[in-house]
Amino acid sequence: MRELFESTIERLLADGSGSETVLASEGGVWSATLWDAIEDSGFTLAAAPESLGGADAGWADLYVIARAAGRYAVPLPLSEALLANWLLGSCGLEPQSGSLSFAANAQLTLSAGRVSGVLRDVPWGRHVQTVIAIADNDGVGPSLVVLARSQAQGIEQSLNVAGEPRDTLFFNNAVVVDSAPLPNGLSSEVLHLGGALIRSAQIAGALTRLLEMTSEYAGQRNQFGKPIGAFQAIQQQLAVFAEQTAAANIAAQAAFVQSDRALNWFAIAVAKVSAAEAATQCANIAHAVHGAIGFTQEYALQLYTRRLWAWRGEFGTATRWSQQIGAQVCAVGGDGFWPLLTQDSVSGASA
Amino acid sequence: MAINEFTYSGIPAEAEALRAEVREFLAHTLADYPPALRAQSWMGFDASFSKALGAKGWLGMALPREYGGTQAGFFARYVVSEELLAAGAPVSAHWIADRQSGPLINKFGTHAQRDRYLPAICRGESYFCIGMSEPGSGSDLASIRSTAVRDGEGWRVNGQKVWTTNAHHSHYMIALLRTGDKQTARHEGMSQFIVDLRLPGITVRPIRDLAGGEHFNEVFFDDVYLADDALIGSEGKGWEQVTAELAFERSGPERFLSSMALIKTMIDAIGTQPDALQAAEVGRLAARLATLRNMSLAVTAQLASGGQPAWAASCVKDLGNAFEQDIPELAQRLLDIEPRQHGGSDHAQVLAYLTQMAPSFSLRGGTREILRGIIARGLGLR
Ligand SMILES: Cc1cc2nc3c(=O)[nH]c(=O)nc-3n(C[C@H](O)[C@H](O)[C@H](O)COP(=O)(O)OP(=O)(O)OC[C@H]3O[C@@H](n4cnc5c(N)ncnc54)[C@H](O)[C@@H]3O)c2cc1C
Repeated sequence: MRELFESTIERLLADGSGSETVLASEGGVWSATLWDAIEDSGFTLAAAPESLGGADAGWADLYVIARAAGRYAVPLPLSEALLANWLLGSCGLEPQSGSLSFAANAQLTLSAGRVSGVLRDVPWGRHVQTVIAIADNDGVGPSLVVLARSQAQGIEQSLNVAGEPRDTLFFNNAVVVDSAPLPNGLSSEVLHLGGALIRSAQIAGALTRLLEMTSEYAGQRNQFGKPIGAFQAIQQQLAVFAEQTAAANIAAQAAFVQSDRALNWFAIAVAKVSAAEAATQCANIAHAVHGAIGFTQEYALQLYTRRLWAWRGEFGTATRWSQQIGAQVCAVGGDGFWPLLTQDSVSGASA
Repeated sequence: MAINEFTYSGIPAEAEALRAEVREFLAHTLADYPPALRAQSWMGFDASFSKALGAKGWLGMALPREYGGTQAGFFARYVVSEELLAAGAPVSAHWIADRQSGPLINKFGTHAQRDRYLPAICRGESYFCIGMSEPGSGSDLASIRSTAVRDGEGWRVNGQKVWTTNAHHSHYMIALLRTGDKQTARHEGMSQFIVDLRLPGITVRPIRDLAGGEHFNEVFFDDVYLADDALIGSEGKGWEQVTAELAFERSGPERFLSSMALIKTMIDAIGTQPDALQAAEVGRLAARLATLRNMSLAVTAQLASGGQPAWAASCVKDLGNAFEQDIPELAQRLLDIEPRQHGGSDHAQVLAYLTQMAPSFSLRGGTREILRGIIARGLGLR
């Protein structure tokens, strides 16, 4: 399934998600044509069960979609929709067609089919029709709720550093579209964890594109009578860029494969740390190599570097995730460290 | 795109199944082996330990059964290797033979050569060293001057190798020697030979490293006569053969696990209640290591399917060396414990040893700058 996903999504996004689309989106436009094309190809439902119109894809196959969303700087909640419909399916709820996002940071209470509270940092919150989140269901424990954005009583708009909407939505006694208790094995942190997972793949995709652009540019830009890529100082920086990009890619892919059917906390934490660190170093090198042209709005470099600066911190910074991994490592001690690190080595393993 | 060479590969279940057995063996065999010795990692020499591994069937795992190997495959070999390194087992006696000389002989040798050398390698009884570097030729390996000249049925060797790890403990050297004219054939004029280090005319002199250890050597060849069958592979193909060998040499877990003993003592010294900085840095270290391991496994998957992942191997080694070199510095940043060469805690001793060893990590097996040059070439920049 992975190859088919990859070739289809690459073709679709190569046509549909150019600089103009991304820049228009930053100006506040919802890229409806592109969204419709993505939806028509079935990608937003890919993770949903076949019986409910999806492709029943696991995360191992979904990786290429989330990575492509990064590679083409898709100005839409494509990977958000993957996660949302995956979680709906995991909770036995119908997948949602139409534009869809989620809130990992929610203070919501559910009572008698109505919710009140606040959803923070909702990707594309102002644009989407539907948002999912975890609510406190008094007495019953955490529940997944499906909310119509039109039911929000208020909205506080906010943009991340790449100009992507990250909005706060307020609900007051709103009727839920659907809800179900979180099944055993899913923690109320599941959307935070899933958010880190999809961002790690988007970072890997953006880095790969950025590496191509930067290597190409170094081969074309001449100074002192030769391409700047002929200078060893530039070559050595681009080698580091490639190593870091390779690290981010393998870490993200490992997290997706090891999470195929159940999210693997450790692999996702590792992926987010690796991707975030790579993002920081590579954005720095990309700008150094491009010189002044890369500092313009017109040149596409910034579409990627600004997204890297945004995505590396979303759903937990490298420091936050590192601290949590570190606490686990220190808890098991020196002798427990290696067994912890190697626990999910088998092909296709998931926790 | 070169980045696609890194495709995640887990470990096949049959190979992974070995892990528990290896761990148990090491826990038992190395029960009293102290951290200060474990810190030597793959520089620790113990022939009886290597023979014990051979008896277990844990050497020559990627070599054919007919020559004493187990054919268990690259991933099984990987599991055994990383468990040995993680434990800090004394593996240096057989390490080079098992990692690259054996596979090289298997790939390029004649049936008779395989028959002669491989079984003893697989038993952990025959040790090899790598004779590439010379006094005038480090990074610029193609500039070597030691020669092998046709002499009747055999070859006559003159010249000098240097920095040859374990030459003083080894039975054989695989030497890269010039067999053609340097001016007209820089790369084509080199060939590889299996040199029996007991032959007359060979002098091996250990060179003390900065920490006082004797690991590497200078090796002199004074009119050494080699029989015809010392040539391994084809005459004039030495450069290509060396390049193939380097993928094995550069991508394995020894390129990022050299400071493992210190990671363990550091975690124990920090204890179960890390402060915010300690937790963040220990977690970051774990993430870097987990990712390096996945990169290394991706290269292993390529080797297993007959690929030539020289580019990807360079990425693993450069990133891995930076990681293992960071560990002693990290230990100094997270704990107020100074290194001790003698006395002091286990951690202080391991720290002293690895602080001194760390500079070599990004020299041995190819320097940082040379590796990055190879990576840049793969990006189309050279
Ligand atoms: C512990 C240890 C064990 C070793 N074991 C072995 C062994 O078993 N067998 C063996 O054959 N060799 C061995 N070596 C040698 C090792 O392969 C060489 O040290 C290495 O190839 C570098 O060569 P060099 O030391 O002569 O440094 P040089 O090549 O002189 O390099 C010095 C500096 O110049 C830089 N430099 C050189 N050329 C370039 C260039 N074109 N562009 C940019 N920078 C450049 C290098 O990166 C380095 O920073 C060992 C070395 C060590 C430290």
